[in-house]
Amino acid sequence: MSTINQPAPPSRLAVPELLVGIGLLACAGAVAWQTLAIPVSPLYSKVGPTVFPYLTMVGLVVLSLLLILAAFRGGWQPEEEKETPTDWKAMGFVVIGLVANLLLIRPLGFTAASVIMFVLVCYGFGSKRTLRDALTGLILALAAYFGFARALGVNIGAGFIENQLNTVIDAIIGAFGG
Amino acid sequence: METLGHLAHGFSVAFTPMNLMWCLLGTTLGTAIGVLPGLGPALTIALLLPITYQVAPEASFILFAGIYYGAMYGGSTTSILLNTPGESATIVTALEGNKMARSGRGGAALATSAIGSFVAGTIGTLGVAFLAPVVVKFALAFGPAEYFSLMVLAFITVSAVLGSSSVRGLTSLFAGFVIGMIGVDLQTGQPRFTFGTTELLDGVDVIIAAVGLFAVGETLYMASRRYAGKDEIVPLKGSLYMTAAEWGRSWKAWLRGAAIGFPIGAMPAGGAEIPTFLSYAIEKKLSKHKEEFGTVGAIEGVAGPEAANNASAAGVLVPMLTLGLPTSATAAIMLSAFQSYGINPGPLLLTTQANLVWGLIASLFIANVILVILNLPLIGLWVRLLKIPAPQLYAGILVFATVGTYGISQSPIDLVILYLLGAAGFLMRRFDFPTAPVIIGMILGPLAETQFRRAMTISNGDWSVFYTHKLSLTLLTLAFIGLAGPHIWAFIEHRRRRGPEHVPGDA
Repeated sequence: MSTINQPAPPSRLAVPELLVGIGLLACAGAVAWQTLAIPVSPLYSKVGPTVFPYLTMVGLVVLSLLLILAAFRGGWQPEEEKETPTDWKAMGFVVIGLVANLLLIRPLGFTAASVIMFVLVCYGFGSKRTLRDALTGLILALAAYFGFARALGVNIGAGFIENQLNTVIDAIIGAFGG
Repeated sequence: METLGHLAHGFSVAFTPMNLMWCLLGTTLGTAIGVLPGLGPALTIALLLPITYQVAPEASFILFAGIYYGAMYGGSTTSILLNTPGESATIVTALEGNKMARSGRGGAALATSAIGSFVAGTIGTLGVAFLAPVVVKFALAFGPAEYFSLMVLAFITVSAVLGSSSVRGLTSLFAGFVIGMIGVDLQTGQPRFTFGTTELLDGVDVIIAAVGLFAVGETLYMASRRYAGKDEIVPLKGSLYMTAAEWGRSWKAWLRGAAIGFPIGAMPAGGAEIPTFLSYAIEKKLSKHKEEFGTVGAIEGVAGPEAANNASAAGVLVPMLTLGLPTSATAAIMLSAFQSYGINPGPLLLTTQANLVWGLIASLFIANVILVILNLPLIGLWVRLLKIPAPQLYAGILVFATVGTYGISQSPIDLVILYLLGAAGFLMRRFDFPTAPVIIGMILGPLAETQFRRAMTISNGDWSVFYTHKLSLTLLTLAFIGLAGPHIWAFIEHRRRRGPEHVPGDA
């Protein structure tokens, strides 16, 4: 490239920030695509459902161009933030925990899925006492389930564990009430 | 005074045993989440939004307001003892407060911030009670064009002026607009931004957005940054009681802080950053103990900003209750709680929902009293919360995030949206984009669009309504100055100092 022989510029291209800018530009593109898909009646002469989306799209394009410009000027992140290495392993376990929760919440129910997520996330964050984490997670998930589902009537997915406990609780209430 | 009558009525609403219990629950929960790093009032209120299906509006707003005020009290504990400000408003408290804790006066720092919060919170709540009716009289003269312009001004100040970068703040705001537009256009019934899926026709729930950005995003960020230095808790040393000299140095700072914080909070700009920094600067200038600032820690530097912080938190309720204009993420989520009761905050709220509004304001006074009791003698208990280890804390946050989102519809699609927003929240945190404007844009954007279209319909599609109405023009001009002013100022400064060949940003 022709820049090799020139003196180093005061600010260099910041690749991560550039990707953020380009990603945002892609988002603006998605907004444009979805705005074009909004059907507008030709008889509707007033400000329709597409005016605000178009204004938002223009705003996003301008902002992403400004961000890309900032990336070319060296980015905006402070040095210490850039130098801190990302702990991919910890993040990976958190992501696996979240995905496990998503996949298991239907078949296993809220409590069981939560315990599995809890253990995986704890492990990702560096906890080595898996059995204790599983117990903590179980207590927490049951507290959350009964706090929300029974006290507030919010229906979070019940699975095997919840159904067994609900049967027991209803039997106890029935025995005392009746 | 009419207001005193309303307040008396409000106290009769707030003093029922049930409502007192909600207030106690809210303040306790608020203090706890304020102490715990990574949780905030906006996230907590979002997670508790489902109670609006079950509980009377007065009770849930008393609970939410207790959480809101409680988080301000608890946040200062974390700043002082851990030096990790939970939110931007407590950055300044950490500056001097942590220094005081390190030099063995942590007790006095906690005491001055609790009592200062009480004094300023009470003054601020009085301000809400007396200012709200005045703002209502003014707001009744507003047409759709004025409302729209006022919202533009709020957008600019909230996202561009208060953050560290106007471009990144506005980007967050516009992302919020996009999320807010997902669903069915209320005026024509056309689906927007649904990508052809029926699940998105209902729009993105504010709970999912807040929980995704604040809880999932924060957890991912904390996991990715495990290599960053660990914070140490400074053990609590010394008496919790302030000496006479410390009282003498504190009380004026509290009053000054409240006087700075409330008006700035009550403006449609909101935000607690500017008043806390301003209060810190003033205390530093007026102090007779300048040598203590930044070395052993000066008590004025804790007392003033803490008071400003709490007074501005009270101030934020003025535009929220009178104009339906939230200027913080917490206020935006409270606005959506109003919406889920079918109540639209605005100038008529004070008369149509007198029980609710005045009961809420009265409960804020009670909350302040409860909080000072909860925070002074029980401080040791709260400090123990700081010892919850990070793995279990963040794993627990994710369990509650699942409850909050999956409980709404039992749809795994909601969990997918939650995780996608969590990933976005992580990237925003990583690249220093503020997350609060997303929530504000998401909730206020559709309201602004409604006012905009209403104004255009009334004017028969003539854009000039926004600049021929004097008030609307003034508001838009202020917004423009807010956006462009700092850049123009910096440009002039640079030219003056370094000659005309330098362009700002060149450094």
